[in-house]
Amino acid sequence: MDRLFELGSEFWVAAAETLYMVAATLIIGGAIGLVLGVVLYSTRPGSLLPNRVVFTVLNVVINFFRPIPFIIFLAAVQPLARYVIGVGIGNDALIFSLSIAASFAISRIVEQNLITVSPGAIEAARAMGAGPVRILRTVVIPEALGPLILGYTFIVVAIVDMTAMAGFIGGGGLGNFALVYGYRQFEPAITWAALLLIVIFVQALQFLGNWLARKVMRR
Amino acid sequence: MALVSLTNVSKTYPAPDKGGRAVVAVNDVTLDVEPGDVYGIIGYSGAGKSTLVRLVNALEPASSGSISFDGRELTGLPERELRSIRLGIGMIFQQFNLFNSKTVWGNVAYPLKVAGWSKTEIAARVSELLEFVGLTDKAKNYPDQLSGGQKQRVGIARALATSPRLLLADEATSALDPETTHEVLQLLKRVNREFGVTIIVITHEMDVIQSIATKVAVMDGGRVIEDGDVFEVFSTPQNPSSQRFVATVVKGIPSPAELAVLRERHEGRIVTISFRDGDASQAAVFLELANAGLEFELVYGGINDIQGRAFGHLTLAIRGSDDATEAALARIAERAEVTEAA
Repeated sequence: MDRLFELGSEFWVAAAETLYMVAATLIIGGAIGLVLGVVLYSTRPGSLLPNRVVFTVLNVVINFFRPIPFIIFLAAVQPLARYVIGVGIGNDALIFSLSIAASFAISRIVEQNLITVSPGAIEAARAMGAGPVRILRTVVIPEALGPLILGYTFIVVAIVDMTAMAGFIGGGGLGNFALVYGYRQFEPAITWAALLLIVIFVQALQFLGNWLARKVMRR
Repeated sequence: MALVSLTNVSKTYPAPDKGGRAVVAVNDVTLDVEPGDVYGIIGYSGAGKSTLVRLVNALEPASSGSISFDGRELTGLPERELRSIRLGIGMIFQQFNLFNSKTVWGNVAYPLKVAGWSKTEIAARVSELLEFVGLTDKAKNYPDQLSGGQKQRVGIARALATSPRLLLADEATSALDPETTHEVLQLLKRVNREFGVTIIVITHEMDVIQSIATKVAVMDGGRVIEDGDVFEVFSTPQNPSSQRFVATVVKGIPSPAELAVLRERHEGRIVTISFRDGDASQAAVFLELANAGLEFELVYGGINDIQGRAFGHLTLAIRGSDDATEAALARIAERAEVTEAA
């Protein structure tokens, strides 16, 4: 326990790093995932902008990357991270890789939620003379907003989980803190302190997501 | 000139799976809808009526034939131009198809936004429409806070927003209870009378046709098997399928089973006399029977009012001498149709 107080400031820095990585990944990966998911949804046969080539290619690419365990993916895309953002290690490199991994997962969640939008509402909008892009923007996404928020909440919890691997490429965060100061130095109290804070983060995020979704879906 | 004109229109869907047969949903349909008509299209589910109505606003492209709306040929037009045509055609649906994420106000405003109206124009038009359908106080509610009838009224307000000349109603009352159905049908009647909107009503319920349609087409297996004035089709349905539909709302000639029951309960000769607007009056018929000294009893049937014209079938059990009955029926047959119970 004493050791935890000694490390106090580093503990809070680690906590802030975790939040930073989660937030950045959610923004970058969330945006890319949304675009990919909307493209997947709208290009599938019979949808608003059917395009077999785009749909098939995207579908195969996503299926290819999604099952790769994140810790291996992290190593595999390191050269790309170095090339694109100029650095292959640390928190920013993790954000880069995690955003890519998350965007594939998010695209599936977005696609699955958009599919549940009633075809009748879309048909009604078409009957009013609305074009496909307008329908996506003003009907499909708003109609699916509640489930989409729940989907994003689900994924943000997974992102918190994956940021724990930052230490693997020289990053920080609570996961790394637990491994370096807790596990390796035989201080279970420190491991548990980090773990508890992660649980609190996850609970708070889940609560926030549920609250937002309820607000959007009303009743 | 017809507002909507279909000429030899067919719609075929490719086989659902390999080796299967292509599905012919609409088969060589020709019909004209005149401005001001309330045109009913009736048929059992799967008869092709919902597909037919989607050909009219080009939600589905026709496989062959020609479709024109307001003098413009729709087949072959690019999607962009079809969209501007759809702005002039309203549509309401069985499941209402409201946008659940938008308020009543937002739903009604949606087509106006699509049409590019300004904010102030939209505000004025939406309040006007909500007042017309009697939902001014529900403007800020969401669809899931409304009853079925209210939802359909929102659907109607939304469909009328851009002042279309044509309204397509796809089973618009099939999800509603009888009371609400009546309300919605009255509203559609007002839409037709007050705004002169031509309406195409798709339904499988003959009483919907009876209460609002002026013309009717009966569909079966993708074809229009009978069409014409509602009164004509109701009073003299030519086709077995039309006859079955008419029988759902009009008590006509008793079926063999019903006849057996009637025979058991009533003595004498059982005869059905069919009246049509303009034929002999009932009074004249009854007077004829009474003058011949015959005893008679009304055992089955009824008189219906379609668009202010009456018709019906009355089945009588007549007792008296054979000669007198024969003579009286012969005199009646000159003025009304007499059918001997088989």
